Amino acid sequence: MLEIDSLTMRYPTGDLALDSVSLSVERGQVIALIGPSGAGKSTLIRCVNRLVEPTAGSIRLNGQDIVAMGRNDLRRTRRKMGMIFQEYALVERLSVMENVLSGQLGNVGFWRSYLRRYPQPAVDEAFRLLGRVGLDHMVDKRADALSGGQRQRVGIARALIQNPEILLVDEPTASLDPKTSRQIMRLIIELCRERGLGAIINIHDVPLAMMFVERIVGLRAGVIVYDGPPKGLTDDRLTEIYGEEDWSGTRGDGDDEDGDAPAHQKVAAAVDIPELKKVAQR
Amino acid sequence: MTTLADTPAAPRRWKKPPFIADARLRYAIYAGALIYLVVAIGSVDVNWQRALAGLERGAEFVRAFLAPDFTTRWTDIRQGLLESLTMTVISTVFGIILSIPIALGAARNIAPWPIYYVCRSIIAVSRAFQEVVIAIVFVAMFGFGPFAGAMTLAFATIGFLGKLLAEDIEDIDRGQVEAIRATGASWSQQMNYAIQPQVAPRFIGLCLYRLDINFRESAVIGIVGAGGIGATLNTALSRYDYDSAAAILLCIIAVVFIAEYSSGFIRRRFL
Repeated sequence: MLEIDSLTMRYPTGDLALDSVSLSVERGQVIALIGPSGAGKSTLIRCVNRLVEPTAGSIRLNGQDIVAMGRNDLRRTRRKMGMIFQEYALVERLSVMENVLSGQLGNVGFWRSYLRRYPQPAVDEAFRLLGRVGLDHMVDKRADALSGGQRQRVGIARALIQNPEILLVDEPTASLDPKTSRQIMRLIIELCRERGLGAIINIHDVPLAMMFVERIVGLRAGVIVYDGPPKGLTDDRLTEIYGEEDWSGTRGDGDDEDGDAPAHQKVAAAVDIPELKKVAQR
Repeated sequence: MTTLADTPAAPRRWKKPPFIADARLRYAIYAGALIYLVVAIGSVDVNWQRALAGLERGAEFVRAFLAPDFTTRWTDIRQGLLESLTMTVISTVFGIILSIPIALGAARNIAPWPIYYVCRSIIAVSRAFQEVVIAIVFVAMFGFGPFAGAMTLAFATIGFLGKLLAEDIEDIDRGQVEAIRATGASWSQQMNYAIQPQVAPRFIGLCLYRLDINFRESAVIGIVGAGGIGATLNTALSRYDYDSAAAILLCIIAVVFIAEYSSGFIRRRFL
């Protein structure tokens, strides 16, 4: 459904952010995009809806090249792509409902949106989505009065009210605590399954990605260096993506969904340093 | 018995590095500044005799303040005040309406280069001249009276609000704009949903502030013939009619106080 073909992006400063990246996403497929900071993950998904203009290559959504589109076609295509942001990117001084309805801006005219007179079906859908993400009691709260997890739920509702075909998700959990991170990831994955939505999720947290996603793409310095299932992500592969490091404890047990065992094991692994043991034995 | 390692090392001294590293240059600059100050003060030619005479007149003025005369010239004062208020409101409203598009054009993060330069130049021209200077030009163009005054104040308002609003827009959080753009929103919808909520509270505060600046300025530009309470004040002063002048000044102070307190109240409601 989404076909990225030899996409290259060079910033005006001369930095090569993406070097001929090719990637295709099937309908309903959820991909986790991992890689170190500065690898080009954000740039990649921002190129897809052209918040960033790519330098070369093509991006096709249902066969139509987004890169070649004029302004009006681009607006129409952006409606089909929902985006979720790291820092939520809600309009802080607008209410929860206004933020959710802003996902409909591509479908309503200026005066309707200016007067906040959205078509009734859009309002119904907004209430339904707010119910689905568990915020139907906060409709008229201002966005800046919400907690991080609540804000990200509003962000998710805003993306979904577009009735998108694909979700572009940029570090959805980076500003959240571990428990909320899991809840938000689970919510995104569930919603994708319910609606048969494809998604590209940028994520720093490798264990979290492996826990929820069936396909992982590793990006390093603008080049794809891994594309496969979470199981194939060995220590060597992680080293290839992130560089040399001790990876023990990173690949948490995927089947253990709710407990915090991986963190436990991490601590155990961290304590289990041979040198320390030798010192202790003396 | 202490070993070498236990002995505290000689205390290392630390001082904040001076702003100008070279000591000779530093003292030369200080000395130069001091000499200039002394020479400058010496060059001011004070006519003490005249100052003493002025003191007398000042005292008269202060006495008049203690007994302001509102009644003798009340019709003039009332007309001047009304004229000033009309000028203030009209010029502020038109200034706000015109400054918004110019501010949008003068914000580097949302305007393309050519528009940016045009809008920045309009702001620069408006800010380059003090109100009195613009008033003199407009009085020459449109004749004496409040119309020239209103034009002056509207023109000055464009520069003031245009610059400050443009800077506010440049400081907004880009993420919110990106998020709205990503939904497929049009340019005008992006302005309404992502920019306006971020800058509105401060802009309302600036507009109220400009409203009371415009009232005060209307008193000043009246002196060069642009109508309003300033014209009335000028007439009273040139007739040595200090008790009426005092009444006028008290009226101006009262209006400014009212504006100050009500704008504070309105601002609190919007934040």
